[in-house]
Amino acid sequence: MTVRVQPEAFDPGFEVNAMHAANVGVGAVVGFVGYVRDFNDGRDVAGMFLEHYPGMTEKALAKIVVEAEQRWPLLKVDVLHRIGALEPGEPIVFVGVASAHRQAAFDACNFIMDYLKTRAPFWKKENTQEGPRWVEGKQSDQEAAGRW
Amino acid sequence: MIKVKVMYFARYRELLGLDAERLEGDFAVVDDVRKALVAKGEQYALLAEQNLMCARNEELCKLDEPLAEGDEVAFFPPVTGG
Repeated sequence: MTVRVQPEAFDPGFEVNAMHAANVGVGAVVGFVGYVRDFNDGRDVAGMFLEHYPGMTEKALAKIVVEAEQRWPLLKVDVLHRIGALEPGEPIVFVGVASAHRQAAFDACNFIMDYLKTRAPFWKKENTQEGPRWVEGKQSDQEAAGRW
Repeated sequence: MIKVKVMYFARYRELLGLDAERLEGDFAVVDDVRKALVAKGEQYALLAEQNLMCARNEELCKLDEPLAEGDEVAFFPPVTGG
């Protein structure tokens, strides 16, 4: 398991390739990449700032990964999340899951993102044409996490 | 009486103008801290929001989570990462 919370940009292609580089028993890699959009909730977004809770954020992500590893037979899980200032088009989050067969990787990746969205302490503040605003939590994210 | 450290994040941190503060009181559970703060003044009214989230010692918890001397409690709005 690798959990990284960092201000630096990352290369999603590199991260996906690294998921199976050291293990030829890996038959499936599912990689999710979340990007900053230039539009959200009716407003143009020029960029955002991602706040986190140093210490707790890393622990919360590790806990989610452990739970995924208990539910599915996984060979490798990497979670990478950026913090600080981000511009539209930049990747925010990468979740990579490697397993012998695809279904475990698909399901675990989906599970990790649903839990990350509702349990990992990150908060987005968007710069919009009408000024900065905090993004509000969505009920649909709660419902998505509830199905697991 | 116990002493706890209380931390705030995101919109709460900004509106309170405060990252963290230390409190002392008869706090059996996290909700006792929250109620004591709400009683302190209008600026803490946001801690009465229905969707408030909280953590004890860097783990998400519910408001009925028991507290001990020296615990770190955090209050924050719903998380929005990913």
